[in-house]
Amino acid sequence: MTVIVSQLFTGVSIGAVLLLIALGLSLTFGQMGVINMAHGEFIMAGAYTVFVLQKVITDAGWSLLVALPVAFAVAGLMGVLLEYLLIRRLYARPLDTLLVTWGVSLILQQLARDIFGAPNVQTRAPDSLTGNIKITDDLVLSNNRLFILTLALLAVLALTLTLRYTSLGRRMRAVVQNRDLAAVSGIPTGRVDRLTFFIGSGLAGVAGVALTLLGPIGPTMGTNVIIDAFLVVVAGGIGHLKGSVIVAFALGTLQSLVEYSTTVSVAKVGVFVAIVAFLQWRPQGLFTLRTRSLA
Amino acid sequence: MSGLVVRDLRVVFDGFVAVDGVDLEVAPGDIRFLIGPNGAGKTTLVDAVTGLARATGSVRFGDDELLGRPVHRIARMGVGRTFQTATVFEELTVLQNLDIAAGAGRGVLTMLRRRRSVPAAVSSALETIGLADLRDRPAGALAHGQKQWLEIGMLLVQDVKLLLLDEPVAGMSHDERDATGELLRVVSADRTVVVIEHDMDFMRSFANTVTVLHAGKVLSEGTVAQVQADPAVQQVYLGVG
Amino acid sequence: MKTGMRLSWRAGLGFAVGAAVLFAVAPVALSDFRLSLLAKYLCLAMVAVGIGLAWGRGGLLTLGQGVFFGLGGYAMAMHMKLADAGPGEMPDFMQLYGQLDALPWWWRPFANPAFALPATVLLPMLVAFLLGSLVFRRRVRGAYFAILSQALAAAMAILLIGQQGTTGGTNGLTDFQGFFGYDLDDPVNQRMVYFIVAGVLLLLLALCRQLMQSRYGELLVAVRDSEERVRFLGYDPANVKLVAYVTAAGMAGLAGALFVPAVGIINPALIGIVPSIEFVIGVAVGGRASLLGPVLGAVAVAWARTTLSEEFPAAWTYLQGLLFVLVVAFLPGGLASVARLVRRRRRPPPDPAPVSPAPVLTQEVTA
Repeated sequence: MTVIVSQLFTGVSIGAVLLLIALGLSLTFGQMGVINMAHGEFIMAGAYTVFVLQKVITDAGWSLLVALPVAFAVAGLMGVLLEYLLIRRLYARPLDTLLVTWGVSLILQQLARDIFGAPNVQTRAPDSLTGNIKITDDLVLSNNRLFILTLALLAVLALTLTLRYTSLGRRMRAVVQNRDLAAVSGIPTGRVDRLTFFIGSGLAGVAGVALTLLGPIGPTMGTNVIIDAFLVVVAGGIGHLKGSVIVAFALGTLQSLVEYSTTVSVAKVGVFVAIVAFLQWRPQGLFTLRTRSLA
Repeated sequence: MSGLVVRDLRVVFDGFVAVDGVDLEVAPGDIRFLIGPNGAGKTTLVDAVTGLARATGSVRFGDDELLGRPVHRIARMGVGRTFQTATVFEELTVLQNLDIAAGAGRGVLTMLRRRRSVPAAVSSALETIGLADLRDRPAGALAHGQKQWLEIGMLLVQDVKLLLLDEPVAGMSHDERDATGELLRVVSADRTVVVIEHDMDFMRSFANTVTVLHAGKVLSEGTVAQVQADPAVQQVYLGVG
Repeated sequence: MKTGMRLSWRAGLGFAVGAAVLFAVAPVALSDFRLSLLAKYLCLAMVAVGIGLAWGRGGLLTLGQGVFFGLGGYAMAMHMKLADAGPGEMPDFMQLYGQLDALPWWWRPFANPAFALPATVLLPMLVAFLLGSLVFRRRVRGAYFAILSQALAAAMAILLIGQQGTTGGTNGLTDFQGFFGYDLDDPVNQRMVYFIVAGVLLLLLALCRQLMQSRYGELLVAVRDSEERVRFLGYDPANVKLVAYVTAAGMAGLAGALFVPAVGIINPALIGIVPSIEFVIGVAVGGRASLLGPVLGAVAVAWARTTLSEEFPAAWTYLQGLLFVLVVAFLPGGLASVARLVRRRRRPPPDPAPVSPAPVLTQEVTA
């Protein structure tokens, strides 16, 4: 019984990581339809932000807290720059956007190698997050996993509130649902796109901060997580945050359960098979925006 | 020749009822116009008949039930349609567009070989729609009206028995409209035609019968004169009253 | 149909020139080392031919061709390993890791060349067929399809790495001695492998050209540009896409199978996400929708990589990134579109379009 509970907790914490790395994508891919393969490198930028900040702020706890907004801004600005320079020219060509941003991600990775060196680097975690909470002898919840879970839920909450109750959020949804109508209604769609991209990319930076608590950081860390992040959004469905949230936790739990009974590699394959099977049932993902359109 | 019989058709999008229990009978060889204000459910009705929108109720064409079948099966039963914005294969030539439309029944070996000659149906359609001189031009380079003609030409070579045309004369000049109307008369000799149209002059000139839809329901039905005289129609659609 | 005749005459000439370069010029002009490098590039070019068909003509951005390349490569490598080991023996690496007492059941059939050789092509085609029929029928397309195909590549690489005892793990399968009885260390036999590779590439090009110029090829472009419209003409677009996808998979499988004797290794690093997407860059550079563009692009990119990456690995990564960005964003037709532009400049422009011939119709239908 405790085994199941502890695997479930592992699953939830894997899901929280998935959710954090996919949350930004559910905006840029899910809402805007942009396939940004450099999203993983924005995560990397967030992680390196912690590394750099720790050279200035020696206290690990403070540096982590400061890193959250700074990483959001750094990754967000990178996103805005990318949107402005390349992506906005490619809105009609989603598949080409994928390849172009893959090129950008290669360049960013190499930049990271040139600046920080090819080997992985380690950041210091605050003491308060290195401990565990022991519930029973078998069931131990680690503080950093709990922190990430909290961070993920807070990010979802903040994003939901922004989308639902701010005028920016209303504009973002208007542009998603009918770009032309939004434009003639006086919404500056270009600026809304850029802001959406800023928030989505910024969330990648926050995810990067969280990832520093789980292991070393390096130039290729983005490539390792980007596919998982996309799968979450694909299975969650376009235009709905709740789809990504549910799928992230479901996949996390599935992976942890399969992993427990087999191996990590089989679990990865199992997740892939599960997603293909799931798309047989719901080809547009868990939730869809239904419209009457030819495409 | 077969007619179209629609019974209690309903289409619901996420709780919004777009088509709300429509009954419709189009006799074989009829030219039926579907009119109604925006949002009346005209295009959705055609979407349901052609398998694009999921619907409940019954749609029979001849002896065949259409509902529940995939789009390409319905097309092979002889049901063809056009779209509000002319949809042709822009990078293919006029000839290739027509050849593809003519070829849904081709076998594997024919498909894997190159086209050696122009099929008779295709060359006669090229003449009919007046694009014979432009047959090697990419369809994307055609003028707006020419694309709509090409689309009708594709329906002709596809040899459908039921044509569903969504605003076929939108953006056409007066001469082009008349020519299109004449074409509809000719093809309806051995086909059933349903036209969605906002152009009232075009409707008066070429409609045999008219169905008025409003808010997903049939408001009125009959000849052009009967429909125009219907007070309900005047109230909601023609704005008289 | 005069233009069609001239085109096929030109195509014949093109094939003759290509064959002359590959079979007569290259073997004389290049050292054994360079020739074996060329053999490697030509294998990558075979993958590119398939991507050109599926992506350029069919709009299916397959970011997982490494899977099929790997299936073909591993099938061939397993056979060669078993042939090296001799009847009833286990391959050297299995004995080295010492985890297994006997050959795993799924290795056994590959001892027989009559199974292994067809499997290099049919296995990838089968996997492509299964995945393709699932996703195309449910209308999973565009970016969704690209991401799924990429996820498949990731899953396969992870699976291979995880099963070190039976697949060689990260090291993959290497150290082959013989290729159907011929000693691979002998330069003469390496040349033979090169000739086989070059011949197969020409065959695949001929096959791809036939497909592109057939009615199927036209239909494939139609599906790429407006899938829904094709459906209303009575075709099932899923089948149309499936043919292109499965063909491309078969080509990648064959490429992988020949890569193993030509280069002497197959491992997960050759088939994962990164190599899979790198297959695409050559196709984009050369011109995705053209026949020869992908081949020339793939060879050029592979050559540039070898030349640059040894001395300036950082510069190569930047260049590769820039290629993706600049070519795809600003020259989506690739170098083939530049060539076409130059050719058109030299020829007089075609006649302007006759304007509005519509009224013909009235006479026609009343006549």
